[in-house]
Amino acid sequence: MTTVAEPVTAPASLAGPRRRALRRLLRNPLAMTGLVVVLVAVLAALLADLVAPYPAARTDFSAALQPPSGRHWFGTDELGRDQFSRVLFGLRASVTVGLAAVGLSMAVGVPLGLLAGFYRVLDPFVSRLVDTMLAFPFLILAVGLAAIRGASLVTAVVAIGVAEIPLVVRVTRGETLRLREMDYVSAAVASGASDGVLLRRHILPNAVNALIVQATVTIPAAIIGEAVLSFLGLGVRPPTPSLGVMLASAQPLFRDGPWMVVFPGLAIVLLTLAFNLLGDGLRDALDPRESHR
Amino acid sequence: MTPLLEVRDLTVRFSTEDGPVLAVDAASFDVGEGEVLALVGESGCGKSVTALALTGLLPRGAAVSGEIRFTPSGRDLRELTERELREVRGRDIAYVFQEPMTSLNPVLTIGRQIGEVLRRHQRMRGEAARRRAAELLSLVGIPLPERRLREYPHQLSGGMRQRVMIAMAVACRPRLLVADEPTTALDVTVQAGILDVLRDLRAQIGTAVLLITHDLGVVADIADRVVVMYAGRTIEEAPAPALFATPSHPYTRGLLDAVPNPARHAEGGLREIPGRVPVLREAPEACTFADRCGYADDLCRSSRPELAPGPAGHPVRCWHPLSAAGPVAALTGRGPR
Amino acid sequence: MTPALEVVDLVKHFGPVRAVDGVSLRVGSGEVVGLVGESGSGKSTLGRCVTRLVPVTSGEVRINGRDIARLSRRAVRPLRRDFTIVFQDPASSLNPRMTVAEIVAEPLRLHRIGTPSERRERVLDQLDQVGLRPEVARRYPHELSGGQRQRVSLARALVASPSLLVADEPTSALDVSVQASVLNLISRLQAELGFACLFITHDLAAVEFVAQRVAVMYLGKLVEVAEREQLFRAPLHPYTQALLSAAPIPDPVAQRNRQRIVLSGDIPSPVDPPSGCRFHTRCPVAVPRCSVEVPPLRQVAGSLVACHLADGSPQ
Repeated sequence: MTTVAEPVTAPASLAGPRRRALRRLLRNPLAMTGLVVVLVAVLAALLADLVAPYPAARTDFSAALQPPSGRHWFGTDELGRDQFSRVLFGLRASVTVGLAAVGLSMAVGVPLGLLAGFYRVLDPFVSRLVDTMLAFPFLILAVGLAAIRGASLVTAVVAIGVAEIPLVVRVTRGETLRLREMDYVSAAVASGASDGVLLRRHILPNAVNALIVQATVTIPAAIIGEAVLSFLGLGVRPPTPSLGVMLASAQPLFRDGPWMVVFPGLAIVLLTLAFNLLGDGLRDALDPRESHR
Repeated sequence: MTPLLEVRDLTVRFSTEDGPVLAVDAASFDVGEGEVLALVGESGCGKSVTALALTGLLPRGAAVSGEIRFTPSGRDLRELTERELREVRGRDIAYVFQEPMTSLNPVLTIGRQIGEVLRRHQRMRGEAARRRAAELLSLVGIPLPERRLREYPHQLSGGMRQRVMIAMAVACRPRLLVADEPTTALDVTVQAGILDVLRDLRAQIGTAVLLITHDLGVVADIADRVVVMYAGRTIEEAPAPALFATPSHPYTRGLLDAVPNPARHAEGGLREIPGRVPVLREAPEACTFADRCGYADDLCRSSRPELAPGPAGHPVRCWHPLSAAGPVAALTGRGPR
Repeated sequence: MTPALEVVDLVKHFGPVRAVDGVSLRVGSGEVVGLVGESGSGKSTLGRCVTRLVPVTSGEVRINGRDIARLSRRAVRPLRRDFTIVFQDPASSLNPRMTVAEIVAEPLRLHRIGTPSERRERVLDQLDQVGLRPEVARRYPHELSGGQRQRVSLARALVASPSLLVADEPTSALDVSVQASVLNLISRLQAELGFACLFITHDLAAVEFVAQRVAVMYLGKLVEVAEREQLFRAPLHPYTQALLSAAPIPDPVAQRNRQRIVLSGDIPSPVDPPSGCRFHTRCPVAVPRCSVEVPPLRQVAGSLVACHLADGSPQ
């Protein structure tokens, strides 16, 4: 019967939740835009050495403070450095910090969240710990770390990563609490699974969706965090290029060359916006609240 | 006598992520004044969609065609504007659904919720509304109605809540009550009470009931007539006793045999129907039950059967309807359309 | 012979909710016992207590003679090979991220039974036994229908050859025609493999089909335990009688000719059960004694009944 949607003995829905979600995502123009921008930024960051027309540190005083032109797409700064190249390298720092900070927050936050959600006894302790972390905004932490170890990319990553841990813990704990009630978890217990097996094979894999969404929302916050820290001199320090550093040095020279502020600023805004759009799109795709049956 | 509701060739199509779905395929049936008609089928047969389609309650992506003639309105309901439909809903055609907990607003008292219905459709307020609300609660068999009016939904049990839903539904003495699986979520001993309420309503205020259910026991309990649906089509239509005594469609027979019933299963196991209910995209030129039917032949697979009187005298959509002795060969006079 | 399951005075409270309040029940080796009740009866909780999915408040749970109620979770784990459970909801019974093969093999892996290739053999055998084609092994749960998923659940439960299977409403979430096939399957498997089965349900018709003995629960206590024919032909407890008369029969003639017992009110909350006999608030034949004195579960004719008025003659 060719007019039947699928033959009677075939599976009920041919596309699984993963493929459906992908399809939904692909159909979302905003999310797709975000994805494209993110991919471009990541590629640019990775291939900066190859793609950048000029090395980041090359100065050329004869070409200082030039507005955007054919030779220097984003113009030059007061030292004659090509802004386009610097933005590319700066993106690298932003993307690195973004991913590393989120990686740190997940590495610490996910296990904590799993434990808090799974062992009711541990929940109050983890919650207090997380509350304590929340009490230290990342700026304070960054200042402290900078004072002890000197500001650097690493201190920025640690400061931002630690600041993101509470959110990761909350999401993971929530998912764990929800998944714990699932019959398949009970079935695994009844089959003789130890707690480790339950967490590893049954709970964590099914919490991944929520964590992916969480990551795509956390990364833009980390990127802005990095820019703020390096702007304040608490993160990446010059001459290493970073969008925040560029903004800092461009600030007093705004009158002489607005392009020095505009392009790094725009890069931060667009990258952040792209991650947010992608994150929203992922959330909708993975967890649609459809109103019709 | 003119039927209260005449549905002709009702067809509903949805566009979903996976493509178009044909949920209801040219369904036709009548509901008489004060009659209890049961629309029976398993999940995916289109019965709930049919019920919602009557007053335009389907979501926006649904394409509905056909005629829905409702006598008190004197018109085809499909021609009414949303505004006019809102008048019909609640006042002439009322609904009761399966889950009373989610149908009632948890932050309003029962009295206020019933009052809302009375205010909207009958412009009643204050003391008059309160008295009428209490009357309605006793009509559905709730003891101490005055007290109940001040209570919140969570203070009532599932059975009580369903009674309240029914009370709200009949507040305006609708001509037709559409009940979609009204007892499925309830315990068996509570279910009997709800069915009694529905039966009494017919006696007391003459409301007809369109009962949507998959439970043949419920059908046997209160239905006057039964329409069996499968994959969006109506496949058999009979007065309740006749349907159970002489089911003509192999699917109906299969359903009855699948329910454990000591009278039927003295020996061996329960009869199973192999395969699954199909999800259709288009109306096939064939009998939709053919691949699961033990009696199907080439005719069944190539031509769409129409509803026609079967060996037991009632309409059945089948090329080889069952008589007491076994399937009848293709009935004469019926050819492919 | 040691019964597969023996429950002695089992009590389970969830805070103020007295879900199971002193239940003693025996399931013989290879026997199918139906446990029937409505919401609030505690039947599902009993099932979870028996399989140690929740800790027990007090009482004994003996699996093949061994009390598992007192053991630590770690000590119970190796014993779990011998008793398993199947749940009601096919949608949440299977881990969406695992293939059918992985799901069914898990008990074998956890209990370290067989080599990997032996396990694969066993899984395919088991799938065949529950009526699923071998191709299904590679599929994911979302690719299967409700009926197929329940079969996978059964395969998982039986793959390590347990002596006790607890089936908690295994067919309630399925369509009528699919229920039939799953009921048939459970019945056949039980006959072939000989495991004991505690079949928990609210569906009397299913119980009549599949069980040899039937136990009826109301608000945390047993009210009647009897052989199947006896219970359905001549129930002794007023609640059982009401339950039987309320259960819809797909036969209008029988339905309308039936003597209907309508219970007043709705099921009380298990947080604050009625005094004396818990059923007395809805019982059509209650006498003053019923609201004061808790009736013990005692032998009347061949059955166990908890009613002051039961004397062996049907009411």
